[in-house]
Amino acid sequence: MARKLLLKNDHIAGINTLDVYQQHQGYEALKKALTMKSEDIVSEVQKSGLRGRGGAGFPTGMKWSFIAKPEGVPRYLVCNADESEPGTFKDRYLMEYHPHILIEGMIISCFALGANTGYIFIRGEYMFVLRKLEIALEEARKAGLLGKNILGSGFDCDIFVSPGAGAYICGEETALLEALEGKRGNPRMKPPFPAVKGLYQCPTVVNNVETLAAVVPILEMGGEEYAKIGIGKSTGTKLMSASGNINKPGVYEVEMGLTMQEFIYSDEYLGGIKNGKQLKACIPGGSSMPILPAYLVTKTINHEDRLLTYESINDGGFASGSMLGSGGFMIFDEDQCIVRNTWNLSRFYHHESCGQCSPCREGTGWLEKILYRIENGQAQMDDIDTLFKVQKGIDGNTICPLGEAAAWPVAAALRHFRDEFVWHVENPDLAQKQNYGLAKYAEMRPKPEPQPTN
Amino acid sequence: MSDTLKVTIDGQSIQVPMGTSILEAARMIGGKLVPPAMCYYKPLKGSGGKCRTCLVAVTQGSEKDPRPMPKLVPSCSTSVMDGMVVESAISERVTEARQSVTEFLLINHPLDCPVCDQAGECKLQDLSFEHGKSFTNYKEERRDNEPDDLGDKIKLNVNRCILCYRCVYAAEQLCGTRDHGVLYRGDHAEISTMIEKSLDSDFIGNVIDVCPVGALTDKTFRFRSRIWFTEQWNAHRSCDKCCGKVVLHKIDGQIARVSARKNEWDEVEEWICDTCRFDKKENEDWTIESKRVPKSKSVQTLNKYSDNSQSVYVKVEGLGSERPKELE
Repeated sequence: MARKLLLKNDHIAGINTLDVYQQHQGYEALKKALTMKSEDIVSEVQKSGLRGRGGAGFPTGMKWSFIAKPEGVPRYLVCNADESEPGTFKDRYLMEYHPHILIEGMIISCFALGANTGYIFIRGEYMFVLRKLEIALEEARKAGLLGKNILGSGFDCDIFVSPGAGAYICGEETALLEALEGKRGNPRMKPPFPAVKGLYQCPTVVNNVETLAAVVPILEMGGEEYAKIGIGKSTGTKLMSASGNINKPGVYEVEMGLTMQEFIYSDEYLGGIKNGKQLKACIPGGSSMPILPAYLVTKTINHEDRLLTYESINDGGFASGSMLGSGGFMIFDEDQCIVRNTWNLSRFYHHESCGQCSPCREGTGWLEKILYRIENGQAQMDDIDTLFKVQKGIDGNTICPLGEAAAWPVAAALRHFRDEFVWHVENPDLAQKQNYGLAKYAEMRPKPEPQPTN
Repeated sequence: MSDTLKVTIDGQSIQVPMGTSILEAARMIGGKLVPPAMCYYKPLKGSGGKCRTCLVAVTQGSEKDPRPMPKLVPSCSTSVMDGMVVESAISERVTEARQSVTEFLLINHPLDCPVCDQAGECKLQDLSFEHGKSFTNYKEERRDNEPDDLGDKIKLNVNRCILCYRCVYAAEQLCGTRDHGVLYRGDHAEISTMIEKSLDSDFIGNVIDVCPVGALTDKTFRFRSRIWFTEQWNAHRSCDKCCGKVVLHKIDGQIARVSARKNEWDEVEEWICDTCRFDKKENEDWTIESKRVPKSKSVQTLNKYSDNSQSVYVKVEGLGSERPKELE
């Protein structure tokens, strides 16, 4: 049985209430933290090697050390709970069933950063989760864990929950801050970064729900101990939201470094592909990350085992790898149509583009329209090249990463499944009739010839 | 530590004060290396960074940290660092990116230049002429928005809008009200007013001047004349609301349009009020100063100014450098 840190009390009934949480060492980490110096907590998090769990994988300790500390200006901690990436639902699970671990993590983080106010920016669709959080916050306030003079330490801190209106773009940290200030959720120009000028032009740290919750086990066990879990620069545990054609979809806590083979096929985790079918493709990190064909899912291009770590999934760059992202693990079986899937994702990004910068505003719509035509048998061969050119025009030229998020899935689908796009163009009648494309991706490809290096 | 920073753009070095953007530094050097700017507007605080036409490649971040920046950066909102090396027109990557951005701006543009009042002073025309391609692969339907009414002075054509947000900043910073903004998102986003209110403020007419395309045009000048057939005169009057310094566009000696004076980057030098712009259309209202030669390199310079210096003509590569034929 693998080690669990965030979901270790998952089997206990009523863990979402303060009493049960405190019976199981809840808020012990906070008590320990309040006796420490704030710099020591930051260095403890740095030692742990914790990386941002929201998608980018930026080292949390480093992010915390960047925060500007001008005199007389308040600092803020913002929890990014605007989990809108298709295929990702781990934060919802954590907030819904373990609200106190997030609250505890946030209080510790506020203490470490010298912030007296924390905000949880939650997506509008999670209104039921918001109510559960409010109940948990009220419990904590009554118990003296929030508010003035927490546990007699002289540290004041309060946390507020603020719902968004359901826009994907508000998960981008600067757009989130704009939305939290009550403005239209358009991403800001960087620099200045939020660590210097964030919420209300004050230094702000924005972290994902899972990142802030992971602060609790780090404090409990110590940063060095936490860093022993995992491989290399990918330390600790990661929540994976598994969905798609698998026997056991759901949220899983895995130790970094688990092999993909075990994660997908073992009974402890996903339990293999549903209905005995073959694996066709996998998106390992949420919809904006490049899709991997079956032969690259469990093995890298060099026939090494692919592991659930930031580095291993990125092995081979975008040519033969992907990114761990937010952990939205989607599996497609042999019956799924990649063109349809890519069109579906493009439709999402078209709908969610904020419309501020031109490549994303115009390009996402263009991508969707071309993919719609390909999927419905109305395309010509040159449309595939246009598709590639359009995504190239978006990639890297936008204000925020939404442009890349829209471009990467299209680029990866074209890279690995180009013949399926060609099939759709060549067989327009069949493409309209059947909901699946070609199904020959399940086999392993032969090992590539070693390239001469010089 | 000196107060000025050294920046090299396309091989040309210049010393600029701290806090200057790459775009401003390029404008100080001038010439072909100046990145195009569709949304950046120096007089408007906060503008820039949105259109992505001014992307440049930074091949050396600074003297201290010579690493190149991995992505192309918007030159209008990136500050110069000491020892920075920037590639603008000479970089193939930048040229490609600008080409795609130009194409993106044009795919939903109606291309109705023959009936557009802005033609001739349109920045999008200049942009696609200088940085665009002569063809597009766009086969889809173009965006078609419902027309909005902004009152009897300003005509809004949402289809032509490239969402540069200049008018939003202008309305906010000059008029102090928030009647005017962007609705919806993605490629449905459009400039509009709060619940179809007509815009009413003493300085709202300036949104016409800041608009780079024909989305906001002057209703009092609508379909009167092509801009290059008008004669432009610098003129002034004493006005208690604004500076009163304007440009008169005359047809047959009659004032057809009044606009603010713009510099060579098509940026308004001083804002003018709506009384001057819309209501003072008689010759006796104004004191004429001098005939005006448009400084920007647009089609406006290509007609009546043959008696002026050669430099006003646009020299187009590939077309030879002979003087363009006069229209009359």
